[in-house]
Amino acid sequence: MTEVLLRVENLHVSVGDTPIIQGISLEMNRGEIHAIMGRNGAGKSTLANVIMGHPAYQITSGTIHYKGKNIEDMEVFERARAGMFLSFQYPAAIPGVQVGTFLRKSVASVRGEAPSPRAFRQELNEAMKQLDMDKSFLSRYVNDGFSGGEKKRLEILQMLLLQPHLALLDETDSGLDIDALRIVAEGINAVAENTGCLIITHYQRLLDLVKPDVVHVLIDGKIIESGGPELALKLEKEGYDWVDALA
Amino acid sequence: MTREAQDAVGDYKYGFHDPESATIRFDKGLSEQVVRDISELKGEPEWMTDIRVKAYHHFMEREMPTWGNCESLAGIDFDNVTYFLRSSDKTEKDWDDVPDDIKRTFDRLGIPEAEQKWLGGVTAQYESEAVYHSIREDLEEQGVLFLDMDSGLKEHPEIVKKYFGTVIPHTDNKFSALNTAVWSGGSFIYVPKGVHVEMPVQAYFRINAKNMGQFERTLIIADEGSSIHYVEGCTAPTYSTDSLHSAVVELIAMEGAKIRYSTVQNWSANVYNLVTKRGVAHKNATVEWVDGNIGSKLTMKYPAVLLKGEGAHAEVISVAYAGEGQHQDAGAKVHHLAPNTTSNILSKSISKNGGRSSYRGMLQVTPKAAGCRSKVVCDALMLDEDSRSDTYPTMEIGNSTADLEHEASVSKVSGDQLFYLMSRGHTEEEAMGMIVNGFFEPFTRELPMEYAVELNRLLELEMEGSIG
Repeated sequence: MTEVLLRVENLHVSVGDTPIIQGISLEMNRGEIHAIMGRNGAGKSTLANVIMGHPAYQITSGTIHYKGKNIEDMEVFERARAGMFLSFQYPAAIPGVQVGTFLRKSVASVRGEAPSPRAFRQELNEAMKQLDMDKSFLSRYVNDGFSGGEKKRLEILQMLLLQPHLALLDETDSGLDIDALRIVAEGINAVAENTGCLIITHYQRLLDLVKPDVVHVLIDGKIIESGGPELALKLEKEGYDWVDALA
Repeated sequence: MTREAQDAVGDYKYGFHDPESATIRFDKGLSEQVVRDISELKGEPEWMTDIRVKAYHHFMEREMPTWGNCESLAGIDFDNVTYFLRSSDKTEKDWDDVPDDIKRTFDRLGIPEAEQKWLGGVTAQYESEAVYHSIREDLEEQGVLFLDMDSGLKEHPEIVKKYFGTVIPHTDNKFSALNTAVWSGGSFIYVPKGVHVEMPVQAYFRINAKNMGQFERTLIIADEGSSIHYVEGCTAPTYSTDSLHSAVVELIAMEGAKIRYSTVQNWSANVYNLVTKRGVAHKNATVEWVDGNIGSKLTMKYPAVLLKGEGAHAEVISVAYAGEGQHQDAGAKVHHLAPNTTSNILSKSISKNGGRSSYRGMLQVTPKAAGCRSKVVCDALMLDEDSRSDTYPTMEIGNSTADLEHEASVSKVSGDQLFYLMSRGHTEEEAMGMIVNGFFEPFTRELPMEYAVELNRLLELEMEGSIG
């Protein structure tokens, strides 16, 4: 039985007085992959951030339902504990906090109980191996002095450990070389069976590796066109000019 | 704890107090007679009485400091302080012999447990004097002297006479004069040549009585090629009236010796903490101050190192946390007096809920100190708009070959950091706690593990119930 995981209805979002999202609706089931494509400034990151509950974005009208529940009043940490996850485009550095400690605490928070040290170590080793990450990562400070690619890998590592039901992936592919992209894509595919993935991207190249069920094209805060994987290919070939004509 | 006191300090976990159990308590207030009485009661040699009396007169004549926090300093009522309080007739070697109520206090503070697990020796001071003291046998066999200061003076007067007041003379400042006049308790340590004390030794200072003045005096001498790590902790009950803690700590590291002195100061927010700490490092010796200031009403403390011998090294790592009603005026002083001496100073401070933290530093390089290197880093983190952070660095550089670096930064917790951590399931308070612990990490990683864990827990508690 399919379960509607995420339902966005006629959503309008502003930052301060500036409207960014101007009427978006979409519906996603668990196990589905949706891609959101569009130019810079179209409102793609805003959509991901507002679903996660970023305090800088105000919902001026419309609703977001997650697992059938309106989440407008849920705190950010409550959303995380309910199984929502955002892979950040620009993850913040937390100097002085070691990656290993951070991961253990985050897993404990989201799962509601601390995993046994042994089980956690094993889980961590497997996930890091899958992402081709060196153990030295664990003693570094969270995102502090990380390269773009290292930050993205840490995001995906967290996704693997937190096993979210809904993963919002905000330009997770940007700044990755082709090997890293492949590894990250494998990470996404590893969770995709049980997770609804909303992938925000500029490029087709990630979608060659992670097959979307639905592709949405976002222009000026609105979804102008939705379709299957062929839509992403068309954008790749022809650019956005033809969608502008639809706007 | 009274309601009023509770309001003043929030959730200070060591704020409990036990019934006062004085065997001898002096009347409040200070006079030459009080100074003479303390000395006589302790059966001190005449030379010590003379130093005390001289220091008393200097204290009376000396002006209050005209810097730091004058307004807060003006609130000290020297006539309303108890200068000496003996709560137990003896310093015991076995916790079972320590009076029950006092033992309970130290149990609650976890001291006997820590001693068993990871310490080479412990001295526990309650009010004016040590109530418990012990040292591991193997250290004793190697000739390490670790005594409370009163016993040190009794048993090794020749060493005390030779070094007492040589690093911090009573004329150094008003509070070093006060301490010299009325000192009681503290630690006396001598590490013989070439002996390395592998496990840290700890002193724990507890003020229990109201309006108490605690004036411990510590002297640590590490002879040639030896090393020791001394750890100091302190707490007090929460009262609505103030107490005064004014210590003097003198360290002497002979050629090639190393002394590390770590402090986690967690006085309740009604304690004035006005402390003078200074070490001398001779040729190729190292003096390290690891200094954490979490509690107190006003702290004025600037651990100092005199780099007297060629190749000597100083390390000062300090952190300060200033919450509501607190002012941490802390820092470091390093004097490069000999060639090729080196120093590192790292200061980190956090201000919250209107708290104020100041970094006050002095870096001196004298003309004959060629080839010196020094690095000073000061970072301040502000948790809200009402708090305050200042930096007062002074540099006196008399030799052009000195290689100096100075970095300073003031930052705020960013919304992006909070959102990031919260998106991983952490509440805002937990997120703040993680950021704060991370900010202090360069300090906590230098502490023995048990202290580091306790400090992190303490800071997480400070973050609770404060956001909204």
